[in-house]
Amino acid sequence: MLGFVVRRLALLVPILLGLSVLLFLWVRALPGGPAEALLGERATPEAVERVKKLYGLDRPWYEQYLTWVGNVFRGDLGVSSRTQHPVVEELLRTFPATVELALTAMIFAVGVGVPVGYLAARRHGTWLDHLSVAGSLFGITIPVFFLGYMLKFAFAEKLGILPTDGRQDPLLDAEHPTGFYVLDGLVTGNPEALGDALAHLVLPGVALGTIPLAIVVRITRASVLDVLHEDYVRTAEAKGLAPATIRGRHVLRNALLPVVTIIGLQVGLLLGGAVLTETVFAFPGFGKFMADSIVARDYAVLQGFILFTAVIFVLVNLLVDVAYGLIDPRVRAA
Amino acid sequence: MVFRQRGRADVRAVDGVSFSVSPGETVGLVGESGCGKSVTSLAIMGLLPKRGVRVEGSVAFDGTELLALPPDKLRALRGRELAVVFQDPMTSLNPVVPIGTQVTEVLTRHRGLSNGEARREAADLLRRVGIPDPSRRLREYPHQLSGGMRQRALIATALACRPRLLIADEPTTALDVTIQAQILELLRTLVAESGTALILITHDLGVVAGMCDTVHVMYSGRIVERAPRHDLFRDPRHPYTGGLLASVPRLDQPRGARLEPIKGSPRDTIPWATGCAFAPRCPNRIEACTPEAPELVGERHALRCVNPLRSAPEAKVVPR
Repeated sequence: MLGFVVRRLALLVPILLGLSVLLFLWVRALPGGPAEALLGERATPEAVERVKKLYGLDRPWYEQYLTWVGNVFRGDLGVSSRTQHPVVEELLRTFPATVELALTAMIFAVGVGVPVGYLAARRHGTWLDHLSVAGSLFGITIPVFFLGYMLKFAFAEKLGILPTDGRQDPLLDAEHPTGFYVLDGLVTGNPEALGDALAHLVLPGVALGTIPLAIVVRITRASVLDVLHEDYVRTAEAKGLAPATIRGRHVLRNALLPVVTIIGLQVGLLLGGAVLTETVFAFPGFGKFMADSIVARDYAVLQGFILFTAVIFVLVNLLVDVAYGLIDPRVRAA
Repeated sequence: MVFRQRGRADVRAVDGVSFSVSPGETVGLVGESGCGKSVTSLAIMGLLPKRGVRVEGSVAFDGTELLALPPDKLRALRGRELAVVFQDPMTSLNPVVPIGTQVTEVLTRHRGLSNGEARREAADLLRRVGIPDPSRRLREYPHQLSGGMRQRALIATALACRPRLLIADEPTTALDVTIQAQILELLRTLVAESGTALILITHDLGVVAGMCDTVHVMYSGRIVERAPRHDLFRDPRHPYTGGLLASVPRLDQPRGARLEPIKGSPRDTIPWATGCAFAPRCPNRIEACTPEAPELVGERHALRCVNPLRSAPEAKVVPR
């Protein structure tokens, strides 16, 4: 298992090298550039040249690339041309927000999706089953921004039980040593800040988790249906085991294998940022910041953030494979 | 036993199958694929799906009516008093659970053993069914065991609580011939030792000849002939039984002698409603075979046929 993990981590090196070249060129292939974006439409060519020189953009791309790669190895991702802050700082500020949001969405998706999918399969062909299939189709089709506004309208505007946007009430006296607001509430021993941070996660979490929820319901349902027809489930029934044992040990343990894969893929996607959800709920996360940086042609931010996303994606997939090996002994042997 | 599906006529899969087993006795259910043998065993165990299937009649176990038993009571009996060994050891074990857990879970559930006690008992059971190095095997997963080993593990699990009735549903079909003989020998010994009643379901007359006290031959969901083993092999009366025997290779026939297959397949049979279901394939068919289905008549050697085989061919099947 350890050898497997090391091999997979070693694979990161060629992946990241290849990706870094591609993304470096892609960022520069966008029409316009940071200088033009900063100075606006009526900038004189001289001014543009001066700004380019300031950021070293007048040099050939391979020179810029080598400089950048050298800096990355020293942990320096450059400075944002839009905010003038170091990219690492921006990353540490926005990524925790996205992690909290993504985890909330996944907890919602898995916590609701697995039981619903299981029940739908168990009651195959009943109204509950049909409702879950129709519901998951609805969940996949509904646009996230529309759902987001509807949730805000219902729970924040009309009922007033949940906050409308942001990560924390600005009037609240809260410290943020880690950047993970929920964690901050815990470590600073501030239950009010903790509750407030959690409340701010509910609506965006639900909005973002709806599509993963629909997928998890469908996969779980199909997978449980398959497993229920397996001979070993009949064997378990023939042994007269308690229903809970059959459900947990013999049905779900097998049925959740494909669900684990889906969860991994979805977490990877969600950690790459959720532009629409973050925009609707004014949630200062990774996705929103990236989108703004694309508009500003903020090369340093784009390069740093995309590279970071790639690392996260590979790590999450590695985690999924390790989890898979823990659940399924056949994978361990292979 | 009726299978129902929306939009289709009900299918009467098994009808009027009636038999009894006593402690220490081995009863054989014989017939081609699809004749209703396995479904009968599932009905006895109460393992048929609740929706889409209707089971009528009576399954009496030591005076208890199993069909009328509430699910949790039946659950308490299954695995303890009633046990079953299924056909395919490759798929009948859970691939992601260690063998040990799959054996011990019956012991902890039905005999209230602690985990440690159950593990010792399980190792003992595996040793009794002839699995070497049982404590290592307990830690392994099904994919690390051979087919014969898995079937032994399943038999060990079925016998863990010393059931009074064991149903073996084609226990050797998925195995190599040499392993088949070992497994059958094992079943025979265990039944003799413990006085367990055994229902042996098979399509293999060789297995029947070596194991069973009484044999029930099924065709298309009904018993067509029932007799003590020796009577059946010495004097098969139903043309179907005769056909089955003629299609088994025998040592007393010259080499290269052609086996006689039964013509046709059970798929083109007509339901019993319009006469004997075997009539379309039957060499002895007469007018009287339709439209009225014959009844099962006889005590010791019962028969469902209006024109049975008369001369008894000297049939000898090599026991396995």
